[in-house]
Amino acid sequence: MESCYCIEPQWPADELLMKYQYISDFFIALAYFSIPLELIYFVKKSAVFPYKWVLVQFGAFIVLCGATHLISLWTFTMHTRTVAVVMTTSKVLTAVVSCATALMLVHIIPDLLSVKTRELFLKNKAAELDREMGLIRTQEETGRHVRMLTHEIRSTLDRHTILRTTLVELGRTLALEECALWMPTRTGLELQLSYTLRQQNPVGYTVPIHLPVINQVFSSSRAVKISPNCPVARLRPAGKYMPGEVVAVRVPLLHLSNFQINAWPELSTKRYALMVLMLPSDSARQWHVHELELVEVVADQVAVALSHAAILEESTRARDLLMEQNVALDLARREAETAIRARNDFLAVMNHEMRTPMHAIIALSSLLQETELTPEQRLMVETILKSSNLLATLINDVLDLSRLEDGSLQLELGTFNLYAVFREVFNLIKPIASVKKLNVSLNLAPDLPEYAIGDEKRLMQTILNVVGNALKFSKEGSISVTAFVAKSESLRDPRAPEFFPVPSDNHFYLRVQVKDSGSGISPQDIPKLFTKFAQTQSTATRNSGGSGLGLAICKRFVNLMEGHIWIESEGLGKGCTAIFIVKLGIPERLNGPRLPFIPEVSTSHGPTAFPGLKVLVMDENGVSRMVTKGLLVHLGCDVTMVSSSDECLHVVSHEHKVVLVDVCVPGINGYEIAIRIHEKFTKRYERPLIVALTGNTDKVTKEKCMRVGMDGVILKPVSLDKMRSVLSDLLEQ
Amino acid sequence: MDVVQLQRQLVDYRTSLYHEGFLDEQFTQLQELQDENNPHFVVEVVSLFFEDSERHLNELTTALEQQSVDFRRVDAHVHQLKGSSSSIGAQRVQQVCIAFRNYCEEQNVEGCLECLQQVKHEYSLVKTKLESMFQLEQQILTAGGSIPM
Repeated sequence: MESCYCIEPQWPADELLMKYQYISDFFIALAYFSIPLELIYFVKKSAVFPYKWVLVQFGAFIVLCGATHLISLWTFTMHTRTVAVVMTTSKVLTAVVSCATALMLVHIIPDLLSVKTRELFLKNKAAELDREMGLIRTQEETGRHVRMLTHEIRSTLDRHTILRTTLVELGRTLALEECALWMPTRTGLELQLSYTLRQQNPVGYTVPIHLPVINQVFSSSRAVKISPNCPVARLRPAGKYMPGEVVAVRVPLLHLSNFQINAWPELSTKRYALMVLMLPSDSARQWHVHELELVEVVADQVAVALSHAAILEESTRARDLLMEQNVALDLARREAETAIRARNDFLAVMNHEMRTPMHAIIALSSLLQETELTPEQRLMVETILKSSNLLATLINDVLDLSRLEDGSLQLELGTFNLYAVFREVFNLIKPIASVKKLNVSLNLAPDLPEYAIGDEKRLMQTILNVVGNALKFSKEGSISVTAFVAKSESLRDPRAPEFFPVPSDNHFYLRVQVKDSGSGISPQDIPKLFTKFAQTQSTATRNSGGSGLGLAICKRFVNLMEGHIWIESEGLGKGCTAIFIVKLGIPERLNGPRLPFIPEVSTSHGPTAFPGLKVLVMDENGVSRMVTKGLLVHLGCDVTMVSSSDECLHVVSHEHKVVLVDVCVPGINGYEIAIRIHEKFTKRYERPLIVALTGNTDKVTKEKCMRVGMDGVILKPVSLDKMRSVLSDLLEQ
Repeated sequence: MDVVQLQRQLVDYRTSLYHEGFLDEQFTQLQELQDENNPHFVVEVVSLFFEDSERHLNELTTALEQQSVDFRRVDAHVHQLKGSSSSIGAQRVQQVCIAFRNYCEEQNVEGCLECLQQVKHEYSLVKTKLESMFQLEQQILTAGGSIPM
């Protein structure tokens, strides 16, 4: 039946079908209208929806579809042409929009799909970052632990504390069950269990050092996982538990001697300790990489801390040793000093005690000699005298030598007449020489100065000893004594290359040669001559007595006088020559002849002490000027007086040896005069000596005087003795 | 009077001078300086002292009479006086001079005037004593004796 637009209802046959279609269309329309509403509602709810345009299109498409279905509801019954037109329009529109939407979807769906992909990607990335964060956090924790551990370890310098702290902290940080340190024994062949975490004092387990597992650990600087069953790890009571993983690391023990200044010690010949760390049993924990790194770092730090501790121990020990040595040395020194003092005291006492009876014997025997004696008695007395003289000489020699030995002997310097010394020696030996029928001659060179500065007594002793030896060992012939000033060529003895005498302006070298024609000395005996108590064994000497100390003493004296002594001999029977050179001072020449210097000031009104000494006196006060002049004139000086500093500076010349300046006058600056005089006379020997006369000798004044260059200070009022003593002190310098 | 008595008198007089503090060892020193080359040394020095001191004392009197006293000048004179008196051993004069100088430092006019009076007094005393001593010595010499030390 064709569809027509006649009015006859079409209900009878397909009425049911029509009804169902009608209902379905209605519901479809309903659904189609509600879908966009839902979409709009939910999109409004969500914050982000990038495809609004698509939504609009889609919405339009659905709405139109719904509209179409809605309008078709009217087509089931008779409908007007308008309805048909509207229906058609909506269908057309729907067709357009749906085609457009279909086309649009082609573009959009891949995009939508890719959003999903991106979402997946981001999720993955987030997961990865999380993991990394976890890792960093763990590392930071580890770092913190290491720092804390290091701090703990390095905060002490005691080796035991370091090791103990290490174990404790490691145990805590890593939650270990057991932590142990094995140290190499002295022999280096075994490792001994030294410290553990749980047990306070571990029993001395030892393990041989050359186990393969230990070698493996020692050969690598990393922490190495070892089996829980190996001997170093078998520290827990074995039980039903599954032992946790064990890690071992080497700890280098740096020895003190391994440190060079600019190089790290090589690790080739190192001793290592072994640190063993055990995770708790049954915990199923594994050693993580960062934990292993932590362990390695800690092991290094421990090594450094131990070496510091070792250095400290070493230096403490060295310091203690030094202190002990110091104490011992001090004690030894004090003992030595006490011994020397005791010896000196003993010597001093013996000196006196022995000499007194000696002198008595000698004196009385000499007196006895003068009396009437029978020949036997005379012989006996002579023997007594000779023996006691020998004994006296021996005593003197021994006492002198012991004082020379410890350097407590000092030369007593003084000015003396050189010619007189030689003459006296000559006079002393002349009688003995004539008895032995020996010819003695004395030759003094003309350029030998008359006066010299030195130790007169000891020089005489030396000459006497040398000449005495010459006499002793000569039975016949002659002895000649020559003395002259040594010039540089003759100063040097080829056998004493270290003796370099240097003559100077105020010293000269005296050379004395004593030649005898006696028994001589064989060349090999010559070096022994100057040793103490040694005597040559020839029969001739054995009878002549003597202690053998004489030449040793002479040598000491000569050395003290900065000289040299030696003996030349061509052999037995050919005589010998003793030569010595000593350094003597030349006394200074003053204006006019001067009497020999008297060290003590004579308190009597002696002869004029300073004849012709030109003195300049500056004093403003007429009376005291006159008194000072009187004093000086009384002492024999040639006095010039001035009353002002200008006059003083005007008059002073290099002829004046002394200038006396009154410095306590207000207004006149006596000190300035001193400075001016220093300026005027630059050469020391031209400048007169400046002495201050002052009323107060307190420290301040004295210091001021010294500072401006004054040579002395005298307190007013001046006495005669004081003036004399001050002048003589000054002029002596 | 005979020489011995005169000499004894001189010695006693001298001892009394030392005892009373008019003279001290410095004077003895002066006497020691007198010898054949310098036979009148002591008298010369003492005369010079008298001249010097009188000059200083006059200056001091003038200076202290001024309206505004120049203490520096006063001090200078007193210093000189002290020096001279100590050079010849006039002990009491010297001691007053020391006190005088202290007052000068304090710039105390009354104290200075008082000291000036004292100094003049002591000076005239010691002058009289010394002059009598010299007279005694002269008497001994004219009598043919020698001055005991």
